[in-house]
Amino acid sequence: MHELSVTESVLEIACKHAHKARASRVTDIYIVIGRLSSIVDDSIQFYWDIISKDTLCEKAELHFKRVPAKLLCLDCKHEYHLADDLMPCPKCSSPRIRVLSGDEFHLESIEIER
Amino acid sequence: MTQNRIKIVEKILDANDRLANENRQRFDQAQIFAINLMASPGAGKTSFILATINALLDDDVQIGVIEGDTAPVTLDADKILAAGMPAVQINSGGNCHLDAVMIENALDQLPLESLDLLIVENIGNLICPAAFNLGTHSNVLIASVPEGDDKPYKYPNIYRGLDVLIINKIDLLPYLDFDMDYFRQGVEMLNPGLKTFVVSCKTGEGIEDWLVWLKSKITT
Repeated sequence: MHELSVTESVLEIACKHAHKARASRVTDIYIVIGRLSSIVDDSIQFYWDIISKDTLCEKAELHFKRVPAKLLCLDCKHEYHLADDLMPCPKCSSPRIRVLSGDEFHLESIEIER
Repeated sequence: MTQNRIKIVEKILDANDRLANENRQRFDQAQIFAINLMASPGAGKTSFILATINALLDDDVQIGVIEGDTAPVTLDADKILAAGMPAVQINSGGNCHLDAVMIENALDQLPLESLDLLIVENIGNLICPAAFNLGTHSNVLIASVPEGDDKPYKYPNIYRGLDVLIINKIDLLPYLDFDMDYFRQGVEMLNPGLKTFVVSCKTGEGIEDWLVWLKSKITT
């Protein structure tokens, strides 16, 4: 349950940029979460409604973009996306794979009103 | 009133990462090798630390320990103090992980100048600690075989960020359906070539190899 500290960071970053842009309020926040990141959207939303009160971000809507993990098979060079559990190459069954991406966890953009 | 989209692309845990960098500078300045020791509850973190301390007693290595716990108990810290090494207990107040700020505060209570090695015992948890960089040099995970061979597949995130893996309680292997090849295949997919030590804190098997590696990292 580290979503509270995570949500506090989201609020801090969003408010910082909103302030810099002289926004009167923030309406939307776009967050990117990789498949291999262990973050629960629902919990962030739950904390968000509480801690964003009385800030520039009050009532801002959170949008979560889940991006799949990208894997590369070292034997047949097949590139594939991880849908569910970690698994060997679906084409040649080799376990010799490399994770190319999937650890993302960042605030991509915000939508503001001036 | 105008609506504007502002592009940010900022890592959400950036503030923690910055503090972690400051912690790292303090370690380097004091010439301390620092370890972030993670595991699920009951994997043997404290026994592993004690085994390490006891094995290094004759080597004149000064070891400090930061003990993370969710509840205000000092059981683990007491064991370290009893072994003659300085320990600080952090109560995370029900929180599921340690972060860089907690480490920064704990460092103020340790005699950094006289230490050679610092071991941070993180909260027993395979999910949250993985997300928070502490500034330590090595992320070490203890996976004990009774937890099952599917853990890399279920908790990929923590395996991604590791520098060292300790497979503990191997004295129990004869009694368990633990498929070592399946386990290690999962690890290899997430973290190819990961430095791995197969040990039993109970029998002492494999601890020597770990110590050789550890000593090569410590400057006394």
